[in-house]
Amino acid sequence: MKVLVTVKEVTTIEDGFEIEGTKISEKYLSTDLNEWDDYAIEEAVQLQEEGIADEIVTVTIGPEECEETIRKALAKGANRAVRVWDDTLEDTDLLDVSITSEILRAVVEDEDPDLVLMGVQAADDNFGATGVFLAKDIGYNWAAVVNHLEHDFEDGVATVRRELESGVEEYTDIELPAVLTIQTGINEPRYASLRGIRQAQRKDLNCKDFVDLSINKDSIESRLSLTEMYEPESESDVVIWEGDAEKTAFQLSELLREKGVVG
Amino acid sequence: MTDILAIMDHRRGELRNVSYELITVGCQLANETDGKLHLAVINGAKEFAEKLNREGIDTIYTVDYGQEFNHDVYTQAIVQLYDTLAPKYILTPNSVNGLDYAPAVANQLELPIVTDTIDLATDGETLIVTREMYGGKIETTIELEGMAVVTIRGAKWPMEENPGDAAIKPFDVEIDEGALGTMVNGFKEISGGDVDISEADVLVSVGRGIEQEENIDLIHELADALDATVSASRPIVDNGWLPKSRQVGQSGKIVTPDIYIAIGISGAVQHVAGMKGSDTIIAINTDPNAPIMDIADYAIRGDLFEVIPKLIELSK
Ligand SMILES: Cc1cc2nc3c(=O)[nH]c(=O)nc-3n(C[C@H](O)[C@H](O)[C@H](O)COP(=O)(O)OP(=O)(O)OC[C@H]3O[C@@H](n4cnc5c(N)ncnc54)[C@H](O)[C@@H]3O)c2cc1C
Repeated sequence: MKVLVTVKEVTTIEDGFEIEGTKISEKYLSTDLNEWDDYAIEEAVQLQEEGIADEIVTVTIGPEECEETIRKALAKGANRAVRVWDDTLEDTDLLDVSITSEILRAVVEDEDPDLVLMGVQAADDNFGATGVFLAKDIGYNWAAVVNHLEHDFEDGVATVRRELESGVEEYTDIELPAVLTIQTGINEPRYASLRGIRQAQRKDLNCKDFVDLSINKDSIESRLSLTEMYEPESESDVVIWEGDAEKTAFQLSELLREKGVVG
Repeated sequence: MTDILAIMDHRRGELRNVSYELITVGCQLANETDGKLHLAVINGAKEFAEKLNREGIDTIYTVDYGQEFNHDVYTQAIVQLYDTLAPKYILTPNSVNGLDYAPAVANQLELPIVTDTIDLATDGETLIVTREMYGGKIETTIELEGMAVVTIRGAKWPMEENPGDAAIKPFDVEIDEGALGTMVNGFKEISGGDVDISEADVLVSVGRGIEQEENIDLIHELADALDATVSASRPIVDNGWLPKSRQVGQSGKIVTPDIYIAIGISGAVQHVAGMKGSDTIIAINTDPNAPIMDIADYAIRGDLFEVIPKLIELSK
């Protein structure tokens, strides 16, 4: 079985960040492997260790700078990586999932995987729609928010548990080929070993642009436009204590005493 | 005119509250342009349509096909309703099931989708959407023209309560059974675990700010000193540092203690869903902009590793 894992490099923001227009100022931004994708990678690697997956390919949409993140996925055990980038994307923000999906679809058509593992959502834009959108786009079956996957795939069926709200889980069977969106907690993502990190440097990381993937540039136009970005206005009248820990801890313990928690 | 089709949320024989919020939102959008609000109850119990008959709804369509939730049935039914009703916006809940069909509907109808919205407005042409990013640290406005699929965040809007007199009509769908690629085989409920955190009067709740498993001892020590119970945000449970029964939030437990102390927890919406009903919320966090500050009554802006040991000392 061939497994394709989508790997997104997300941006993370530091405390005290500032917003300029509809962007966060560069100096407060760093990047990281999307938390949910880390679990998707681990699930794929475990499938390979158990002899169920023959090959794990990762796909990332992003500029050259995100290769460090891609190497992380390779170091954890993926066999090779595809990175898609095109100048057209330079000024497009990928809020419209149909664009992401169109690009990923071209890669799926190239690679023809049996199973596509994606994260439930990206930690930066929290959209949570790309996996199911892509599944429908490529004619695969799907399940969203999977927190358990049986590793047997009898008769070409994936047996999963979907995590619903309030501690309820749903048992579902999905015919392959399928897209599963992976929830945190499904496994324990490993740290890359030193050997893994060394090997990752030699693994295939293939870059493709829209010409390689026969994607029509004209179809890449976002129907969603981001017009404002701001810090949420706080309606709260929270009492904030700051400064010396000795003092703040005392203020809190006085409050707890008042409330009868501390005798 | 802006007609709206709102898809009701229910699970295992129970209507979910977000359905009534969808009515509020749908009604507002329809009113803004003199449009109509239609509801669809797909595979629901007979009495759902009556229960949902609230003010401002034009027609409630009921679709009967199968028992359990099936995203392909939902997708096909919504596409057929769309073809008949030609609504401008399809509203769905941003629930786990909503996110299992809404993107597929958008794909099939070639419509844009915007998820987890917390405010919406329209002039009939442009839809102006408010949604968060970065786990609630940032809010954004997004504009889109034309038709769209929109999922709304639950527990964010008022629930429409006034009774209405909408027509209730069955809607016949043709489901392509060959295209049903998934089957639900049952459910499991996470069992109680060692303690029931929803019974506790005082909860000391720990999040990713604690950094390492061995540091959890510090939280246990504080809980002992305060005669409180330890709970946690999701990452702590995902890491296996505390059992699932200790998780507060959307996919964990809903708690309403007298005092909830959130230590190194940012306050993501899925966490807040489980604890915002607490009487007094106290946050200890280094980040003054953490979303938890918005719902806290008291907060220490500071390093938990400095504050907690002092607090333990003072509480003994
Ligand atoms: C479908 C779905 C369901 C989910 N269900 C749940 C759920 O039921 N419950 C839940 O909790 N989450 C849930 N989540 C996850 C949720 O989105 C967040 O990722 C999670 O709540 C973040 O946990 P956290 O606040 O502990 O970590 P973070 O968001 O990483 O926050 C850590 C906080 O610690 C602070 N901090 C760091 N160091 C220190 C220090 N030394 N002293 C003081 N403060 C410090 C930081 O400023 C930050 O605010 C769900 C997500 C999805 C997609």
